[in-house]
Amino acid sequence: MIGKRTSKSAIALVLAGFAASSVVMAQSSGGDPLAEYREMMGDDNPAEFSVMRGEELWTTARGPNNVSLEKCDLGSGPGVTEGVYANLPRYFKDAGRVMDLETRLLHCMETLQGIARADALEQRFGDGAKQSDFEALAAFIAEDSRGLKLSVPLRHKAERKAYALGEQIFFYRAGPHDFACATCHAQSGVRIRLQDLPNLTDAADAQKAYSGWPAYRISQGEVRTMQWRMRDCLRQQRFPELGFGSEASVALITYLAHQADGATMEAPGLKR
Amino acid sequence: MTRTIALAGLIGSAVLLPALALAGPQDISGEARSVMERSFSAKGQAGMDRLEQDEVQQACSRTPDAEPLSMEEEDRLMAREAAAIRYPADDNFAGDWKEGEKIAQYGRGLQFSDDPAARVGGNCYACHQLSKTEVAYGTIGPSLHQYGALRGNDPETVRNTYAKIYNPQATMPCSNMPRFGHKGILTQEQIRHLVALLHDPASPVNAE
Ligand code: HEC
Ligand code: HEC
Repeated sequence: MIGKRTSKSAIALVLAGFAASSVVMAQSSGGDPLAEYREMMGDDNPAEFSVMRGEELWTTARGPNNVSLEKCDLGSGPGVTEGVYANLPRYFKDAGRVMDLETRLLHCMETLQGIARADALEQRFGDGAKQSDFEALAAFIAEDSRGLKLSVPLRHKAERKAYALGEQIFFYRAGPHDFACATCHAQSGVRIRLQDLPNLTDAADAQKAYSGWPAYRISQGEVRTMQWRMRDCLRQQRFPELGFGSEASVALITYLAHQADGATMEAPGLKR
Repeated sequence: MTRTIALAGLIGSAVLLPALALAGPQDISGEARSVMERSFSAKGQAGMDRLEQDEVQQACSRTPDAEPLSMEEEDRLMAREAAAIRYPADDNFAGDWKEGEKIAQYGRGLQFSDDPAARVGGNCYACHQLSKTEVAYGTIGPSLHQYGALRGNDPETVRNTYAKIYNPQATMPCSNMPRFGHKGILTQEQIRHLVALLHDPASPVNAE
């Protein structure tokens, strides 16, 4: 584990210069920024910075209780990060509810480290000046499921319920534009402007879309998580703000994950 | 279009139809609604009232395994939406295609991150091809290139174009296109500029 990460720090250093200019590049480009970026950078992903920071955050004692997250149970027992992301969201008995990765991390920050919810949520999304612990931790934990098959079989009835609620919300049209997720994501082969829209009701499309999250977003120069993606699509949908870790957010992510079941995980990915 | 007219006679009997419901033994739409109430919060100009559905939105939120809308319900909703369209005084649809092009290009507005005082666009290019010179167009809706050139500009056709932009649900049940006039996204004047964009022979939409 240690060796694997150290070898990556060399790549990360090389990437340092590029990451800073990435925002500018994505904006000035008229063509496909992702393709241009890949041409310049190969498959190196600046998310590696976040992976390293996430690993450090995971093992560092923090919060009023001054403990690390190594006692945090992400589904396979306290401290286990390998393979867990490929089995999320799932029902957690200790919390009595279904949780996705970020919601579970929030739970552990609160219950283990004693960090107040509001304080933890303060930096849920990074914005250049301040980095997000969630984004880094999610990148680190997701990387430990790379190459594994996503398996969210909905064995617990709470998981089936979350899926069913997620499906309802996916098709729920409202707001001034009458948009639902389904308006943009229930047909194959369509796009908005030049951005291809995955049909998230179709297994192959859903797998391709889901397996790369969390992802380094070239246009933003940040790693973004699935919680961020849900909130931001809902912003474009003209809905009010989706709460981080809320039941609706977990329901939507459970719906998407089950649609994508069987995908080979490739997160943290690289997105436009 | 013809269908709407032909079925307009059904409006009379519409009152007798039961209220729209997604009812069924495992109907969890009500619960989904409460979960949403608990999960969202008002931000910027996007208040919690945005989660409330009107009849069309409710009817068009069915999951794939829910019973589809019946023809009668579709017709009743189309007639209702059609009856609510507000046309400009004297049916004057004159507008400026150049203004229309700007409205079609502009996509900002009404998001919680947008300034409520800022102008709101139509973002037609997000879903439609219009002028050939704009290559960054979406494909959720059909191409509108050569729209006027192909359909002609007789008063009835122009009036129907205005109605389509004002409220697509009046002719296409559960259309994915926003109801720009009905929901107050665009003003009557802005819609007239868009009609000009689609019909004016000088508009790039009607260029070869
Ligand atoms: C108005 C259109 C629109 C609506 C409505 C919408 N999205 Fe999106 N969504 C997009 C666009 C455009 C992208 C691609 C963004 C990009 O590349 O920057 C996207 C991206 C995504 C992705 C990532 C896909 C990938 O390949 O990485 C997911 C997952 C997603 N949306 C889910 C949802 C869900 C769930 C909802 C409803 C809560 C929703 N979207 C509502 C337009 C929309
Ligand atoms: C979210 C995607 C979306 C947006 C944005 C959108 N449309 Fe549409 N539009 C559609 C779809 C889907 C259809 C086909 C279904 C229908 O007829 O309602 C359509 C149909 C149309 C038609 C009828 C085409 C025909 O061949 O009869 C016209 C005219 C039209 N749109 C104009 C506009 C204009 C003008 C705008 C910008 C103010 C706009 N649309 C914005 C999705 C969209």
